[in-house]
Amino acid sequence: MTVAQCEIKPMRQVFGETLVALADEFPDMVVLDADCASSTQTRQFATAYPERFFNMGIAEANMVAAAAGLSATGLIPVASTFAFLLSLRAGDQVRSLLAYNSLNVKLAGGYAGLSDFADGASHQSIMDLAVMTALPNMTVLVPSDITETRLATRAMLEHKGPVYLRLSRAEVEKRFDEDHPFVIGQGVQIQDGSDVTLIACGVASGIAQQAADELVAQGLRVRLIDMHTIKPLDVELVQRAAEQTGAIVTVEEHNIIGGLGAAVASAVCHTHPVPVIRVGLEDRFGESGPYADILARAGLSREQVVTAAQRAIAMKHTDR
Amino acid sequence: MPSADQMQRTAQALRRTILRMNHAAGSGHTGGSFSCAEILTVLYDEFLNVRPAQPGWPLRDRFVLSKGHAAPALYATLARKGFFDESLLMTLRKMGSPLQGHPVMRLAGVDMSTGSLGMGLSVGLGMALAARVRGESWRVYVLCGDGELNEGQNWEALMALAKWRPANFTAIIDRNHVQLDGPEDLIMPMGDVAAKVESFGLRALCCNGHDCAALRDTLKAAVAINAPAVIVAETVKGKGVSFMEGQSAWHGKPVDDDSFAKAMAELEAVQ
Ligand SMILES: Cc1ncc(C[n+]2csc(CCOP(=O)(O)OP(=O)(O)O)c2C)c(N)n1
Repeated sequence: MTVAQCEIKPMRQVFGETLVALADEFPDMVVLDADCASSTQTRQFATAYPERFFNMGIAEANMVAAAAGLSATGLIPVASTFAFLLSLRAGDQVRSLLAYNSLNVKLAGGYAGLSDFADGASHQSIMDLAVMTALPNMTVLVPSDITETRLATRAMLEHKGPVYLRLSRAEVEKRFDEDHPFVIGQGVQIQDGSDVTLIACGVASGIAQQAADELVAQGLRVRLIDMHTIKPLDVELVQRAAEQTGAIVTVEEHNIIGGLGAAVASAVCHTHPVPVIRVGLEDRFGESGPYADILARAGLSREQVVTAAQRAIAMKHTDR
Repeated sequence: MPSADQMQRTAQALRRTILRMNHAAGSGHTGGSFSCAEILTVLYDEFLNVRPAQPGWPLRDRFVLSKGHAAPALYATLARKGFFDESLLMTLRKMGSPLQGHPVMRLAGVDMSTGSLGMGLSVGLGMALAARVRGESWRVYVLCGDGELNEGQNWEALMALAKWRPANFTAIIDRNHVQLDGPEDLIMPMGDVAAKVESFGLRALCCNGHDCAALRDTLKAAVAINAPAVIVAETVKGKGVSFMEGQSAWHGKPVDDDSFAKAMAELEAVQ
């Protein structure tokens, strides 16, 4: 259910508020950060529950391994820092301790995608989905708006096992009502259509919505799916979309290698091979610049997603 | 060679340029750029043997800004030395600018891209060993933050430096005692950094990191040691602007118009 009123907040702020709001309900939750609490907004939890917060300094590998130790005693640690650092600097600790043992540790990857636009490629995270989805036992969530950020944070805490929650620095709208269905592993079909399916996650889900609106205005029947869980992927929903609409466009703030698009393409290639156009970074790093501009350079604008959808539809009708 | 007094004035002018750049960019790291203004000035004016007109000169000394977020300080220094035109400085963090939020090697004068903290000592070690393998005599300088030293890789690098003992290697720690989230005492206490370094079997030298004469003398002493050396330069984060000094809030806060005017007035009052 989409809402009409326009509430806008930085996703990181919503995440910080949600941790505080859920603290009583999840008394075993403890939070760790690596000298980025004022950036990721876990600072809100640190202020409200200092005895349940650990600032580990600029030492991500140590933080994640310590989180493994905390969880082994029954606590639910939420380890937070920049997304690229969780997936790479602490990558082996995530693999060898959390994923291999299926430990109940939650990883909150902040500033993901290109959302740390001004800092440039050194801080942008365009490969975290590839790393995290390749780890057995790992669940990977990518909320797209205020409501999904809240619901994904709760779902992550309720879930048993390691979860990677991909968060953005960017401002997001409140697109969905509180009764929005958020079940791990179930994508959300926002609107139905038969000409083409747009599948998106995170901030890109909002861009896909704009493109869908424009395509509908052009008279096309567009199916729109918000895929907040990249792993386990809702294969059934994807295959049905392939079967019933015959063309798919994926939209994500990630390298087109190893992200949502790759997961969707591999879900359809055996059973329903239809054109899948992947919109995202075409295997290159980002750069410093205004957010909207660097998103657009990665194909992430309403116009470019519209064009991609038109191309996908055209491909249905040509002999391939 | 400029006098210590001249370098002192250059460093203060550098702070004004950094402030202008971060104000124009609407983001960027001011506190940690101010704390290393004298260090960069003394390095580039007295020690680094580089050729701005020939940035790729193979026999140049190498410099690694391990705390890559101090990019504005490095960019302004490189421009002053003539590596590129000063007009580029105001394009910091703008679309298409070679002055990215953190340094990239495609910019003349940048020997290694940085931004992800804690790697510079290792990179410098590799460069120092390369000079040895090639039988060349150029030197390597690495500038680290002290919060950055939280990262375990630094201690792996010190371990390896103690093994190979490259005499052409000098590291400088910008010891400002403040990191991103707050003062190090609250985030990750580093204790006696010089003693820690020495416990690895390496030489550590300490000095006031805002005193150009002291920095010059200490760097000279470090270079004279026939082994790698680490300088612990005591500094103040946000040095030069009263409301920024020692404040982690000014680690990466955008410089708004009001703060710009106030900070510039303070930086102009001292020449
Ligand atoms: C590996 C890594 N972790 C975290 C960050 C985010 N970050 C940027 S600067 C900074 C604080 C650095 O503190 P310090 O080294 O003391 O630098 P200074 O105070 O001199 O600016 C942090 C945590 C990063 N760039 N790299």
